[in-house]
Amino acid sequence: MQDGGRPGFAHLGVPRSGALDRAAAALANRLVGNPEGAAVLETTLDGVGLRLEGQAVVAVTGAKAAVRLDGRPAAWGMPVYVPGGSVLDVGRAELGARSYLAVDGGFDTPQVLGSRSTDVLSGFGPPPLTTGERLPIGWPCGPVPPVDFAPYRFPAPEILVPLHPGPRGDWMTPAAEEALFTRQFRVSPTSNRVALRLAGPPLERSQVEELPSEGLVWGSVQLVASGQILVFLADHPTTGGYPVVAVADRAAGPGCAQARPGDAVRFQRARPVSGQGPSRRR
Amino acid sequence: MRFLPAGPSALLVELSNQDEVLAFAEEVARRREGGWGSTISDVVPGARTVLLDGARRPAELAEEIAGWTFQPAQREQAVPVEVQVRYDGPDLADVAAHWGVSEREVGEIHASLSHRVAFCGFSPGFAYIDGLGERWKVPRRPTPRPQVPGGSVAVGGAYTGVYPRSSPGGWQLIGHTDLVLWDDARQPPALLGPGTPVRFTAR
Repeated sequence: MQDGGRPGFAHLGVPRSGALDRAAAALANRLVGNPEGAAVLETTLDGVGLRLEGQAVVAVTGAKAAVRLDGRPAAWGMPVYVPGGSVLDVGRAELGARSYLAVDGGFDTPQVLGSRSTDVLSGFGPPPLTTGERLPIGWPCGPVPPVDFAPYRFPAPEILVPLHPGPRGDWMTPAAEEALFTRQFRVSPTSNRVALRLAGPPLERSQVEELPSEGLVWGSVQLVASGQILVFLADHPTTGGYPVVAVADRAAGPGCAQARPGDAVRFQRARPVSGQGPSRRR
Repeated sequence: MRFLPAGPSALLVELSNQDEVLAFAEEVARRREGGWGSTISDVVPGARTVLLDGARRPAELAEEIAGWTFQPAQREQAVPVEVQVRYDGPDLADVAAHWGVSEREVGEIHASLSHRVAFCGFSPGFAYIDGLGERWKVPRRPTPRPQVPGGSVAVGGAYTGVYPRSSPGGWQLIGHTDLVLWDDARQPPALLGPGTPVRFTAR
């Protein structure tokens, strides 16, 4: 279960969490007339099957997957009208990794610190769903938009991640920085909601001392002791003691969320955003 | 104060020491109460830094903050949280050897020191509690334990930590407490937030 997450508690060690592919979750919600932050089901590689007790409108976005209503093919990426008692099935991800299923009214499970999201790092929020579990659904909130198909950009064969400067870019050697922006990396199977872990050429650090723990943001590219890098995602820890050499642009969010083990990743320098300047000393 | 980039919507402020970190975090909290920084979703103190997440124009924010003056951290006002500890951890002997004292003295020394939460991280409610200083620092264990019981009181580097729940851990376990550190329904949910003075007492 995921929603917009629980911002505002990072100073107590609580990850923000929330849907990994925020754009896909928001779209699924809009397609059924929900506010964008309503709780949705996030599936990873495998699908999910639901029996709706009463009639409902659902939408499936994110990873491309076969959608079936009582065994018959139904639309992906569009509102689907489900009669009471029907079984809706979302199949395995065919393109991408994570599908999102929204229902009109949103899922109405208990909140923890104002959010229904499950955070896999700390175990916060509701536990992962089990077969036979009953999920309450809220009252429908808004009109279902009359759409034929909502355009959605599918993941490219090579995931391009634009990078902004991070706080510890000077902890890479020039050769490491060169490698970061020219070499190809591959998504490791140990990747999860906490981080996209990458296999690739080891990047050399220019400093050997330990870094005192400091706050982390979404998209932080951390260079760990072995020379490997990872990109922190929604369930990232709030502080870390390894250097963050760059920060991924939010535009890379869907690509990172939909990355499958073995996918290729390439980094490029992001265009500077206005108001973002070099560091300065006082 | 130094300002470091942390992506297009955050700013990392680096300070000289833990006291400055807490003083700066307090100043930010004061200004936010007055309506400043409404886009900032999180203010995350670290060992030597404070992260401001949600800054729309980080460079301009840095310019503005560079002009601030702020008071030293308020030490006296906050009521200390008392943590009762049974000093019976599995690493007591190792810590005693490192300190050059007896196992019983480890608890006495630890409880006699002045402790304060520097920052939180690693896990919800896990506080890095400053207080050991140079004299009583300890190395982390060479191999972390895959599971440390909830309530464990541990020392690592110059910090004391209390594990709010079972988790992996690499610090030296010197005891345990029954104190409930985290309660979702409590406001705030964590007993040990940044800046909180802590008093450890032997049970």
